Amino acid sequence: MKKYILRRAIELLIVLFIVSIIAFLLIRLAPGDPAQILAGEHVTQEILEEIRERYGLNKPLITQYFIWMGKVLKGDLGRSIRTNEKVLKELLYRFPNTFELSLFAIIIASLVGIFAGIISSVKRGSFFDYLTMTIALFGVSMPVFWLGIMLMLIFGVWLNILPISGRLDVGINLTRITNFILLDSLLTLNFHAFFDAIKHLILPSIALSTIPMAFIARITRSSMLDILNKDYIRTARAKGLKENVVTYRHALKNAFIPIITSVGTEFALLLGGAILTETVFAWPGIGRYIVGAVSSRDYPVVQGSIIFIAFLVCFVNLIVDILYAFIDPRIRY
Amino acid sequence: MKSIRLLIGLVLIGLLTFGLILNTGCKKKVELVTLTFAKSGDVVKLDPADVTDGESITVMDNIFEGLIRYKEGTTELEPCLAERWEEGADGMSFTFYLRKGVKFHDGTDFNADSVVFSFERLRDPNHPYHKYGEWEYWSWCFTEIEKTEKIDDYTVKITLNDKFAPFLTTMAMFTVFIVSPANYEKWKEEAYAHPVGTGPFKFVEWVKDDHITLEKFDGYWGPKPKIDKLIFKVIPDASVRLLELQKGTIDGMEFPNPDDLDKIKGDANLKLLTQPGLNIGYLAFNLGEDTPGYDPHFKDVRVRQAVYYAINKKDIVEHLYKGTAVVAKNPLPPTLWGYNDEIVDYEYNPEKAKELLKEAGYPNGFETNLWAMPVARPYMFDPQKIAEAIQSDLANVGIKAKLVTYDWGTYLDKTEGGEHAMCLLGWTMDYPDPDNIMYVLLDPDAATVGSAGNVAFYRSSKIHELNMLARTTFDINERAKYYKEMQKIIHEDIPWVPLAHSQQMVVFRKNVKGFSLYPSGDYHFDKTYIEK
Amino acid sequence: MEQKSEIYFIWKYLRKNKTAMIGLFIIIVLIIVAIFANIISPFDPLSQSLKDRLQPGFWKQNNMNFLGTDEFGRDILSRIIYGSRVSLTVGFIAVIIGVLIGSIFGILSGYFGGWIDSFVMRGVDVMFSLPSILLAIVIMAILGTGLDKAMIAIGIAYAPQIARIVRSQTIVVKNMEFVESALSIGESHLMIIFKHIIRNVLSPIIVYGTLSVGSAILDAAALGFLGLGAQPPTPEWGAMLSRSYQYIVAGAWWVATFPGIMILISVLGFNLFGDGLRDAIDPTLRY
Repeated sequence: MKKYILRRAIELLIVLFIVSIIAFLLIRLAPGDPAQILAGEHVTQEILEEIRERYGLNKPLITQYFIWMGKVLKGDLGRSIRTNEKVLKELLYRFPNTFELSLFAIIIASLVGIFAGIISSVKRGSFFDYLTMTIALFGVSMPVFWLGIMLMLIFGVWLNILPISGRLDVGINLTRITNFILLDSLLTLNFHAFFDAIKHLILPSIALSTIPMAFIARITRSSMLDILNKDYIRTARAKGLKENVVTYRHALKNAFIPIITSVGTEFALLLGGAILTETVFAWPGIGRYIVGAVSSRDYPVVQGSIIFIAFLVCFVNLIVDILYAFIDPRIRY
Repeated sequence: MKSIRLLIGLVLIGLLTFGLILNTGCKKKVELVTLTFAKSGDVVKLDPADVTDGESITVMDNIFEGLIRYKEGTTELEPCLAERWEEGADGMSFTFYLRKGVKFHDGTDFNADSVVFSFERLRDPNHPYHKYGEWEYWSWCFTEIEKTEKIDDYTVKITLNDKFAPFLTTMAMFTVFIVSPANYEKWKEEAYAHPVGTGPFKFVEWVKDDHITLEKFDGYWGPKPKIDKLIFKVIPDASVRLLELQKGTIDGMEFPNPDDLDKIKGDANLKLLTQPGLNIGYLAFNLGEDTPGYDPHFKDVRVRQAVYYAINKKDIVEHLYKGTAVVAKNPLPPTLWGYNDEIVDYEYNPEKAKELLKEAGYPNGFETNLWAMPVARPYMFDPQKIAEAIQSDLANVGIKAKLVTYDWGTYLDKTEGGEHAMCLLGWTMDYPDPDNIMYVLLDPDAATVGSAGNVAFYRSSKIHELNMLARTTFDINERAKYYKEMQKIIHEDIPWVPLAHSQQMVVFRKNVKGFSLYPSGDYHFDKTYIEK
Repeated sequence: MEQKSEIYFIWKYLRKNKTAMIGLFIIIVLIIVAIFANIISPFDPLSQSLKDRLQPGFWKQNNMNFLGTDEFGRDILSRIIYGSRVSLTVGFIAVIIGVLIGSIFGILSGYFGGWIDSFVMRGVDVMFSLPSILLAIVIMAILGTGLDKAMIAIGIAYAPQIARIVRSQTIVVKNMEFVESALSIGESHLMIIFKHIIRNVLSPIIVYGTLSVGSAILDAAALGFLGLGAQPPTPEWGAMLSRSYQYIVAGAWWVATFPGIMILISVLGFNLFGDGLRDAIDPTLRY
């Protein structure tokens, strides 16, 4: 198993390596002089020269890459052109928000998705099955940002029971320790902030959960169906075991592997793909940070964010792989 | 399994005790009065001399002070850090007698040295702190200052190299707010993020794009502020600002969406403060052939006229400003002296526009771009919307304009660098003198690529001549004549399409009292209080 | 001959699939609306009338503007109708770009194997490590913003998935006997690719392509919503939503509601039809 994990880790390292090359090339591919892009508007020739020197822009491309990569490995993702803040610092400041949102969304998606998937597989062809699968189809066809706006309209404007934007009410003071707001508010026993943070989480995480929910429901259903048709389940049934026992103890246990994998990959995708939800709900996360950077051509931020997200996605996938290997000892490449 | 549960249990208990300790640690509960005011955009920098935009200035109004200030809610001058002043012969020098016993927030004394520092760092290219900023405003309207000298610890003499009629009014401006020299020694190029002044509030923290917190300065020389904590919260969307205000999570906000005015007036918990602002929202053509964004189409005055005729200003003011503004025909606001009311505005006339385009050789129109700022401004509440309305008006006569936008700081940088063909911009006057528009926004002196206040890059020698005359003349009637003449020339040359002069608007919750709007657009919270 | 009958069988199978037929119906209606937009739509989608801004529609007996007007007094119905043109064009062209790029790489990779294969597949892995919308946004960071660039970006973002499918199909075909016999009689690789491989990878491409049109419409709308895709005043469904937020708060819910419903319906149409097509052509493609 160690060998398998090691192999996966190396594969992911290669992926990260290629991502780093792409991110590196980003500034070179973009129209304009890289030094000018890095320096921002209206700087003197001196500063341009200094930047060329610092990033080795006069040297061959390969040398440039190694200079840049050396900095990245030391945690230096450069500074934003717009705000002159360190990109890594900004990303780390925003990441907890994206993480909390994604975590909430994936929990909702898994609970509802797995439950619905199991029921529709057990009652295959029933009204419930059709209903679930239709909803799942709507789920994947729905523009997340529109769903977000509609949720805002219904719960925020018409019913006026939930906040529609931001991470925390502006009037709330919270001592930041880890920057994970839920954690920080518990640590400081600031329950007012805690419940407010939860309230702000509800609508965005529901909006964000729809697509993974649909996928998880579909996968749960199909893998449950696969297993329910297997011989040993039939044997179990023939032995006269209760249907519930068959379903939940035998079938579900075996169907769990693909389900966990899909939950894991979906979670990884959410971490990088919460862009739309974050924009709709003015959520101060990584996604909104990237969109802002792209529209104002803040390349160091785009660059840093890609690497950061690719790293996250790879990391989560690696953990999924490891889990996978634990759950299913048969996997030994 | 059991051990895992045990572990989780232990961790939880640990967290809780940790939390308890932290919580009891800061449990000294005194009722602090906090006022949260929502702004539409973040500050660019917190160095009063290195910014030109209202978002930054309105925050610094509370941290810093100048030698002179405006009397509450007016454009009249009154002493501030200078207790009195004397004008030298010919108006070529001014001596300021400074207030004693004033302290900066960092504990250092306010004295002649700090005044000299605050001025000289802007003026003298060899000053050790000169390189830390661009000091645009200085180059726009303080170049008449020859030098600033210390006479004794509490006396400062400012010598001019030329007569400058608006001089005293400019001394109330943010550019010459007095900063703490010790603070610059400490932070150097980072000082813009750690402002230290003598004002009623001291700086606590700035979380970019989120909020700025100020705290009552206990050592303030004047009447102490009545609120303990002042938070400027950045909420770019006007509707969200209003929602938060209605919920009571914030106490006040700027720039309400005109679409929401009825709602505000109908809400018993809110009150709307308005005042005709000394401002102008305009569309500028880029006439600078040396700029990257120069569009040769606009070289022909007939094309500029065509654009002027094509834009339905009245509809824009009526429906997008919702009547909270008046249509502009001059760069100067109508409430200011020197306004030329004899100018007859070009009317809305798309047919005439088409004709002019045909005459100019573009019967089928042409393609160009129109820049619009991303944030609400006091002179333009929703620039994006106005830009789209103008885009549609222009399309009607055949001019296809692509809309361009950037975040606020970048937008200013790029327009000052002349990267636009046409751009929307505006101005809230920083001192109530026509000079602040005619010289700062329309004089060739202000048309340097990269730091232009004159984003039209309109370089008229006639305007320059008149500006110089007006600056060195002290008789107000004489000066008014020059400004009226300038408005005529500008009306013919059309470097701009003046769009609207809008009202300043802020909304507060009913229990917030003691806040006055200033014609200059400044926000001062030192007299503001919250009624229980 | 053989082709024709294949299509016939697929159609026969498809026709029994009710949901697929619903999907096909939606697609056909959309195409008709798009083609005849200038005839159907009651107003010019771009013409503004500031005094008629934010008017409600039929539910308030507005017989002029059936679905109300937007913040510039433009007719929302007309904008939605013209929007179908934009969205369908973007959807199809983006997928064609994706299919072209993906097929080239997929065929090369599957047919020649070796280092080309591992190179291409690593690249595909990389692109999979980023969510497709993020990938599209990153590409737009290089290309710049605008509708045309959004199409290209989405196309490129979709290529890896297609490359993967094409590759696996190519490997299957390549190992068939007739390919070997063709090689032995001296046919060139190019000939084999064109004569045999392409024909055999066509059906998965069609299935996946159809499904992708739906997601491409969705992603283009998302880019429009973010302000990176279609630029004002283009009547694009996503862009129509992008600043609707403040009008929702002000009570004008219709500004955001209808364009979103249109996106939902059209994506649903392509998904339904694509699912049916997949079941009809090759059920093994189901995940």
